[in-house]
Amino acid sequence: MVVLFAVFLLTLLVFTAVAIVRTDNLFVAVMLTGIFSLLMAANFFVLDAADVALTEAAIGAGITTVLFLGALALTAEHEKSVSTVRWLSMGVVIVTTLILIYATFEKPRLGDPQAPVHQHVAPWYLEQTPELIDIPNVVTAILGSFRGYDTLGELNVILTACIGVLFILGGRRGKHLPSDGKVLPSTAHGLRRHLIPKVVGLLAIPFIVLFGLYIQFHGEYGPGGGFQAGAIVASGIILYALLEGEEKALQAVPRPVLMGMVIGGAILYGAVGIAGIVLGGNFLDYSVLADNPVKGQQLGILIIELGVGITVCGALLSIFHAFATRESV
Amino acid sequence: MELFGLFNYWAFNVVLMTGFYAVIAKGNLIKKLIGLSILQSAVFLLYITMDKVDGGTAPIIQKGMTDQVFSNPLPQVLILTAIVVGISTTALGLAIVIRIKEAYGTIEEHEVQNQDQDK
Repeated sequence: MVVLFAVFLLTLLVFTAVAIVRTDNLFVAVMLTGIFSLLMAANFFVLDAADVALTEAAIGAGITTVLFLGALALTAEHEKSVSTVRWLSMGVVIVTTLILIYATFEKPRLGDPQAPVHQHVAPWYLEQTPELIDIPNVVTAILGSFRGYDTLGELNVILTACIGVLFILGGRRGKHLPSDGKVLPSTAHGLRRHLIPKVVGLLAIPFIVLFGLYIQFHGEYGPGGGFQAGAIVASGIILYALLEGEEKALQAVPRPVLMGMVIGGAILYGAVGIAGIVLGGNFLDYSVLADNPVKGQQLGILIIELGVGITVCGALLSIFHAFATRESV
Repeated sequence: MELFGLFNYWAFNVVLMTGFYAVIAKGNLIKKLIGLSILQSAVFLLYITMDKVDGGTAPIIQKGMTDQVFSNPLPQVLILTAIVVGISTTALGLAIVIRIKEAYGTIEEHEVQNQDQDK
């Protein structure tokens, strides 16, 4: 039964992808990417990846769509080029697809416990997590502790991308927000004029942010963690910006605070690593943070997840504001 | 039923190449970025497909249960962070597209190239 459901979801996914590429209307394409991400999240859940499903639902279906719409508002809503099929490209794509499908016949079947991927280091992680770290969610244990270097690197990629966006779109040199109460044209005919989205949205925002905090601090016990929590809190504040306008959102969380969040979270993560060295361990070795190595690991994961959450939330919000406050030409 | 085990890989292949077609064949820069993010999602699907174990469940250990089978947590960790990094890099690409629009007045690839050649 689950297999049939998975096949159904994957078929829908393929159709959605083809529809996205075929349509000339970029607005439609962006809306379909939201559906695509939601289907992808459902697929991840069917494949037992609860943490990934949560991330994809928060980021893919939520924030990506908003960013693409922000970019469309500043560029164009339609593709100009007549959508003729490029036969050479089509040929290359079809031939490559066939070769790749031929290659899959060598692959282990879905769910095969003997697959090489399950023989390497993963069993060790599953075995040692209760003993060394003693938190239920193995994904969080690997993310925070076993592969902490990786996560620090990824966090710095996000930080760098955020700095890049702010340099390119000029966080301050973009449109100056009117201080005389003049309403921005982009938000004047947005969601704000509609009563029902406004009332329902404003009611939902506190719960979205609360849910984000729950995901943040419950990441050791259930699906969740800093990446998801940062995205969920950011989406709550983005919803506030869509309903009440940019200026109100920037009053609630001003730009200097956002900058502080982006940099502070990454520094917090790095500081935990340095603290490990100072206390006599290795970089990002949390065992020395407390008297008991297991407690030290738990404390370290809690702090670095907090750093991740703060940076992700700050970076996504900064990127959103950079797009939303830019004046369209 | 045996072939159903490969269906995930086929879906991955088709979605991957659909995204790739948008990247190489479409002239609109935003459409190219959408194609790139589809391609990226397809790779995520490949990784998550590999983590599944028959009869397994999400890798969250419950105290007192000894006979549980867990799916592989490692690909999940890799993809979880990759999704967030993916949105950041997509945003960077969109920022560059916006600047191209401001400089050239268009986001169609051939029009940008024509303007460059006229100079």
